Amino acid sequence: MGKITRRLMIFGGVAVAGGGLVAGYALLPYETIDRARKIGGKDGESMLAAWVRIAPDNTVTVIVPHSEMGQGVHTSLPMMLAEELDADWALVRMEQAPADMAFANTGLARGYLRGDTSIPGWLSGAADFGFRKIAESMNLQLTGGSTSIRFTGVDGMRRTGAAARAMLIKAAAAKWGVGEDAIEAKQSRLTHRASGRSSTYGELASAAGAYDPPTDIRLKAKKDYTIVGTPIKRFDIPAKVNGSAKYGIDVRVPNMSFASIAASPVFGGTLKSVDAAPAMAMRGVKKVVKLANAVAVVADNTWRAKEALAALKPEWNEGAKAALTSQSIFASMEAALDKGGLVEDHASGDVDASLKSAKRVVEASYRVPFLAHATMEVMNCTAHFEGDRLTIWGGFQNGLGAKAAAAAWAGIPIDNITLNHTVMGGGFGRRGNTVDYLEKAIAVARQVEGPVQVTWTREEDMTQDYYRHASVARMKAGLDDNGKVVAWLHTFTDKYDPPEAVFVNYDFANRAARYAEHANPIPWGPWRSVDHTQQGFFIESFMDELAHAASKDPYEFRRSHLSNAPRHKAVLELAASMAGWGTAAPSGRARGIAMREAFGTIVAQVAEVSLAAGGLPRVHRVWSAVDPGEVINPATFTAQIQGGAIYGLTAALYGEITIDKGRVVQQNFPDYEMVRMADAPEHEVRFIESGARTGGAGEPGTAPIAPAVANALFALTGKRMRALPLKNATARVTTNERVKPNAQKL
Amino acid sequence: MIAMTVNGTSHTVDVEEGMPLLWVLRDVLNFTGTKYGCGVGACGACTVLIDGAATRSCSFPAALAAGKAVTTIEGLASGDTLHKVQQAWIDMQAPQCGFCQSGQIMAAVALLQEKPQPTDAEIDAAMTNICRCGAYAQIRAAIHSAAKA
Repeated sequence: MGKITRRLMIFGGVAVAGGGLVAGYALLPYETIDRARKIGGKDGESMLAAWVRIAPDNTVTVIVPHSEMGQGVHTSLPMMLAEELDADWALVRMEQAPADMAFANTGLARGYLRGDTSIPGWLSGAADFGFRKIAESMNLQLTGGSTSIRFTGVDGMRRTGAAARAMLIKAAAAKWGVGEDAIEAKQSRLTHRASGRSSTYGELASAAGAYDPPTDIRLKAKKDYTIVGTPIKRFDIPAKVNGSAKYGIDVRVPNMSFASIAASPVFGGTLKSVDAAPAMAMRGVKKVVKLANAVAVVADNTWRAKEALAALKPEWNEGAKAALTSQSIFASMEAALDKGGLVEDHASGDVDASLKSAKRVVEASYRVPFLAHATMEVMNCTAHFEGDRLTIWGGFQNGLGAKAAAAAWAGIPIDNITLNHTVMGGGFGRRGNTVDYLEKAIAVARQVEGPVQVTWTREEDMTQDYYRHASVARMKAGLDDNGKVVAWLHTFTDKYDPPEAVFVNYDFANRAARYAEHANPIPWGPWRSVDHTQQGFFIESFMDELAHAASKDPYEFRRSHLSNAPRHKAVLELAASMAGWGTAAPSGRARGIAMREAFGTIVAQVAEVSLAAGGLPRVHRVWSAVDPGEVINPATFTAQIQGGAIYGLTAALYGEITIDKGRVVQQNFPDYEMVRMADAPEHEVRFIESGARTGGAGEPGTAPIAPAVANALFALTGKRMRALPLKNATARVTTNERVKPNAQKL
Repeated sequence: MIAMTVNGTSHTVDVEEGMPLLWVLRDVLNFTGTKYGCGVGACGACTVLIDGAATRSCSFPAALAAGKAVTTIEGLASGDTLHKVQQAWIDMQAPQCGFCQSGQIMAAVALLQEKPQPTDAEIDAAMTNICRCGAYAQIRAAIHSAAKA
């Protein structure tokens, strides 16, 4: 298969070189288990394995090395552990692991070591991950890339639960002087079947904790599950309905100050000068802090800091990017594709020759804009220096990585840093490894007595993001007499991650993907489902164009190109049957279909669309068929697919960050609009549990919606939507209609 | 000095008249359940009830709250008994990241006071708060569930 890319080949080499580590990390990092026991254990409780603690009162505390950002992982991971432990769910509690090496994401590291192709490459914050060292990969506590369940869950939680169970059985067998086989573990209780003797897990936890975790772990069969696969209620929700959940922005510590910050509006610019006087004259202002590329005002509350910051007139050295515009960026992308000399991502067969000999050649170009993350909670972080010690409070998708970065920025040893995790008001990739909000908080805290909370305004958050990159694609395909694709050539600008996002699962005999590098001059960050967001739109829009060119039904056309992909075919068929594909849509509406495999999960979506007054598409209904291999919690998984589609629909309809004079034009929600309740479609989700390796939940729902909606619009209007967001394509119609009555009034 | 009642308790705050109520609640009175989202009244994360009416507190000057009764998310429950809207939010597992949910809940409370059995169209019209996680289906279900409670 063409799935192995150049970058992955290099990466594979690293994996082979680091192969010796795999055994060492087979279950848990043995060299850190004592440390984990010390940190994670509490008086009177027994740390059975690094991720679970059992108290004498029989409560089971699962320590989760991932961050909760609404994806439900603080519940789903304990479910996986509790299942294998045979714990009574009513006794299960969750605790987020501290940012410590002892709780590094070893499951993720193991997947990484074995060269799993669907691990995101942005783990260490470097776009080129080929040179990443194994040691760095161990410095991970990452939540992103839909990895929590796939790696920590499958490799860590299940095995830890099963190991703890085996240790408890061992302790019971020793105490009662019977064979381990004679003991049953169920609902947090151990029973000797023959004699009926029985103890709770809690009663035997201390004795069990004396054993080393076994290395030969037997996992349960799916048919015996009683916890996994059920819609268990999330642990984090009660605190989110009464205002008690503490997000980073809610951190309140004694003697703290509040700061507002403005970085150079031009990317790469630096602070030339600023007169602090106007701010210092304002009530509550304590200090104006100058940083290399930003200015901050510290005050006794956030609003005063914000108002005083607005009173400043900083001058900036704008630097080399001051002339950038969206037009110049897109022009340079087109030029890069024109120039040729593209990097070959993957190829099989002879695409150039088969394009020449094809009966019919179809070509189309697409483009997508930059996008901001716009998490509901703006970037913020609280930091406090006490001599050479630093305490941090904030939301991080990779707590351990954030701590390591903080050590470097603060110039102090990592052990001098205490990182307090808070709940996160959205992540979507923003709070992963682009933790500039941490860097800035550290820099401000350096110059301030006592703790300081640096909160960005929404405008700062939107204009100082790490953006989903804009991209241009040129697609070309050859069709034979029977309307089969015989050649597929996909060229585009800039490839980030994951490597397989360019790959299509259709059975094209001759295919190639090629890309131009370094066309993106804007800070980049992973954005929910990463490159799938662009590639899904390019590939699935073009598939629709090919179906039309071949005079085939778009669903049947896709289906006829899936003879080697039975899982994909089943997903596509389910989505079509859910949507009643082939039956007439209600009057004024049409349906479009698209499919994407992302992070190990296959999603096919059908969207039913009409044109609302003013020309904007209105998405009434969506049907998603999803094969993630297995489903841990159907309620949270459904919510993730639905929410992922809303995230993608916002981008499809409205999402556009434009650049002018080297800076971001959009400032706030009024000019970076979101899908709201009235825009949100009815969305039915169904799962196929094929038993394939467990896929992710957080990201796979995002990519298919844009092409599904664009394809539906084509079916409705005959007009092909080759650029996002769709508001631009439809706005022209709207504007023309609006201009006339206005002109009459004038 | 501005005097107002927050969650049934009288408070007097020494702040600028134009300081938005949001920041008085969050940074002066420490009711951090009410969230800053946009500062321009566009997202609804800061929604509170003022004399029962859903209000975006980020754009509401503190002086206008003088003598009024402000209810925040922290004041919705009666002791240990959750408000029916809060309970519905748990039953329907509405929150994801949860950051917008204080505002969503306050907006829903106001909606249900006005329209005890809202239609989907009425929910669309009244619930204009942004949820970046896209939990709209669960929020809608929770409003219908609370309406039945």
